[in-house]
Amino acid sequence: MEGNLFTAVLFATVVAGTPLILTALGLLVSERAGVLNLGAEGMMAVGAVAAFAATHHSGSPWLGVLAGLVAGAAMALVFGFLAITLQANQVASGLALAIFGVGLAAFIGKPYESLALPAVPPIRLPFIADIPLLGEALYNQQALVYGSWALFWAVLWFLYRSRAGLVLRAVGESPAAAHAIGHPVLRIRYLAVAFGGAMAGVGGAFLSVFYTPMWVEGMVAGRGWIALALVVFATWRPLRVMLGAYLFGGVMVSQLFVQGAGLQIDFPSQLLSSLPYLATIVVLVAISRNPATIRLNSPLSLGKPYRPDA
Amino acid sequence: MLRLEPRPQASRLMTWLSPLLAAVLTLVAGGMLFALLGKDPAEGLRLFLVAPLKDLYGLSELLLKATPLMLCATGLAIGFRANIWNIGAEGQFMLGAVGATGVALWAGESESALVLPGMLLGGALAGAAWAAIPAWLKTRFNANEILVSLMLVYVAQLLVSWLVFGPWKDPQGFNFPQTVMFADAALLPVLVDGTRLHLGLLFALAALVAAYVFMYRSHAGFRMRVAGEAPDAARYAGFSASRTIWTGLLCGGAAAGVAGMAEVAGPMGQLTDKLSLGYGFAAIIVAFVGRLHPLGIFLASLLMALLYIGGEQVQQYMNLPNSIALVFQGLLLFFLLGADVFIRYRLRFGSGAASA
Repeated sequence: MEGNLFTAVLFATVVAGTPLILTALGLLVSERAGVLNLGAEGMMAVGAVAAFAATHHSGSPWLGVLAGLVAGAAMALVFGFLAITLQANQVASGLALAIFGVGLAAFIGKPYESLALPAVPPIRLPFIADIPLLGEALYNQQALVYGSWALFWAVLWFLYRSRAGLVLRAVGESPAAAHAIGHPVLRIRYLAVAFGGAMAGVGGAFLSVFYTPMWVEGMVAGRGWIALALVVFATWRPLRVMLGAYLFGGVMVSQLFVQGAGLQIDFPSQLLSSLPYLATIVVLVAISRNPATIRLNSPLSLGKPYRPDA
Repeated sequence: MLRLEPRPQASRLMTWLSPLLAAVLTLVAGGMLFALLGKDPAEGLRLFLVAPLKDLYGLSELLLKATPLMLCATGLAIGFRANIWNIGAEGQFMLGAVGATGVALWAGESESALVLPGMLLGGALAGAAWAAIPAWLKTRFNANEILVSLMLVYVAQLLVSWLVFGPWKDPQGFNFPQTVMFADAALLPVLVDGTRLHLGLLFALAALVAAYVFMYRSHAGFRMRVAGEAPDAARYAGFSASRTIWTGLLCGGAAAGVAGMAEVAGPMGQLTDKLSLGYGFAAIIVAFVGRLHPLGIFLASLLMALLYIGGEQVQQYMNLPNSIALVFQGLLLFFLLGADVFIRYRLRFGSGAASA
């Protein structure tokens, strides 16, 4: 019985952490290139509704994921035009994207509000899914959960083992130096921002097609903002993004299990639901307490526009 | 071939023309959006811009919607001036409503003339207290105020939900998530008979004047502006950074709290979980479009209120979701940020000698 509960909690934690991993790893890459895109919430929302609509009309969840990816990237390019080409304030441009995206998603999603999608069956990996306790939780999961692990390894390899990743990090640390030795700073930043948007779109698609196969206005529920906080919490490192995302996933599902376990305590459910948001504040405080932690780890040019010929 | 050439100094003219340009571009994009949806663009824009203004009642509704936007944006602008990014006005608005409701419920059927001032104070203090959390965490622990103030919006929403589903629920309310209707002494007087326009508008106008005096006629306001425009100069002059942060956030929180009070004591007359229509977020756009200046904010909040009412109109007459108003609001801010490039650069035709 207790073993089953452990497996169930672990399973739900991994699922709840997945959209955060997808979104936060994308944001991490774009921030490593020096661009702070606060519009994650909007990109996730538009990705979610695009994925829902595409899945509804085509019947294929994979076309849905593709639609989410493209929609997220398109949103990010709008931001990129403002923040990279026109050198607008990145904070304001990101806020604009967040507000616009949430509104656009609500507008597009209106006709889909009462519909539901068929649940997508999980994929059971042979042999390792039979491992006691862990197997059912980790290896009998949605394909995108495995996808988020693949993304983690890909980002890790790209940033630290590939030449292109080295150039991207150089652009984030010192765009002027990268420009001086002939790297196209603006193009690299565009690509990084588009990648961030695409992954946020996939994160949104995971929510509306796999996690809860439906579209409801406001269903992203601050996950885009939590993902942004996660990148800070992770001090811009992929492994810590993974740990942080599962930590948050655990906080998010804990309330469901507390409520579901029928514990005889009179505890307002709204208070439990606010735990992920309060936890975000707590980890931000914990990581920011020492100013050097942020200063030493954040990409040096983060948030600063770059003008090559100036 | 078009290219951007830096101006020797920022253009003051473009600073004020840019919001107009953005408004025009939003209308053009809006018309295209209507055409794309197979609706008559002229009719759509008429519903958005003209229909709401055709009579006194329409005008009063416009001012009614503009009131919370004006209040929230005025407070936010003080922080934005100093690069304090409080984006949690939505939560501070809700806390203001909670604070005012607390006073109103405590006063019950009292006829005292002190009920409304008490609610005003309760709303302002509750809003300021909510904004004090990011201020304290920023000054004491260096935590990013954008993320903290935003997270508190979700917490505030859940707090309101808990109150109206739980301890403050109207026992005779057929289980609807709402408090009892406030007594007459807890309602703001109506300014024009036959409309819903209430005293809150005067709070908003007073806040605009107070913000003007503070920003442009006081030393504290001068310090805020220096901190935003030249942080190094502010540091060199010995202006306290934490005082700037506290001032920016507390002003924003108190003003949003008053807006929340005016909403429950004005058109709503009770606290419900459908309290805000996103006024706190729309106020961010109002503050930018209004150039963080009280006069600009006054005009921008009227424009934004028009978008809100227009959204309701097209929902009613064209059968489009009223979230189209949110799309227009987002477009307005996009176009503003884009048009702002002309403050620092000018457009030149042909390839210049200095092209890199």
